[in-house]
Amino acid sequence: MRKLTSFAAGLLFGLGLLLSGMANPAKVIGFLDLAGAWDPSLALVMVGAIATALVPFTWARKHERSLLDAPMQLPTKRELDGRLIGGSLLFGVGWGIAGICPGPAIAMLLGGHWQVVLFVLAMLGGMLLFSALERRRAC
Amino acid sequence: MTIDWINFTPWAALAGGVLIGAAASLFVLLNGRIAGISGLLASLLETGGEGRSEKLLFLLGILLAPLLWMLFGTLPAMEFQSGWIGLLVAGMLVGVGTRYGSGCTSGHGVCGISRLSPRSIVATVAFMVAGFATVYVLRHLLGG
Repeated sequence: MRKLTSFAAGLLFGLGLLLSGMANPAKVIGFLDLAGAWDPSLALVMVGAIATALVPFTWARKHERSLLDAPMQLPTKRELDGRLIGGSLLFGVGWGIAGICPGPAIAMLLGGHWQVVLFVLAMLGGMLLFSALERRRAC
Repeated sequence: MTIDWINFTPWAALAGGVLIGAAASLFVLLNGRIAGISGLLASLLETGGEGRSEKLLFLLGILLAPLLWMLFGTLPAMEFQSGWIGLLVAGMLVGVGTRYGSGCTSGHGVCGISRLSPRSIVATVAFMVAGFATVYVLRHLLGG
């Protein structure tokens, strides 16, 4: 059952990305371009998503088990450190260059554009690079 | 600041946001998991770990969503503004950055803010500011 709900939630998430305009890099950059002709649409994506998710996530914070009796796995880290901020800044620079973030990259992958394939390969490469650097740090 | 009224799509953006929020809500209410795409991807790149099939199926749902969409209409336009070097650099930065920062637009921006996590609010401000600054530099200072 949980496998089915995973797939259904993913499908719905993907449809939302397509409908919202997040899966169009030019539109994302139009939103990030405050000094040009600014397209505020994507701010409304955030508003719609957070307004919808606020009550469900408030419920989730107060429960140990999900409705399908899975353990509630919410992040436990609390510190506001350099890794969080530095990493997010790097992510933002990449997002600003291409106008693509991880969710839309997956949603666009079967769209037949070589640009997305290249972006996704580079992104997975970046994630593997991070893992390799972490392993060296741990030695 | 001038508003680009021609490209402004408030209703599609809001409705798309509601779908994204509903999907993230279903995933946490039913599966007890955070719909953070970079985190899900990264955990599938590692060997082992729990819940691999659930994580994979969620991502598979996103991957296949365009096929479901095409049953009812044509896919929205996907316009790219960077060449291969830009895409390569951007992809690497997004991959490394989301791991150091423990999340992206979905995990921090949607799920994290919805559970009022201070870490996610800080991360979201950081990547938004970096995104605004990057587009400013590329479009208006370097004139790309």
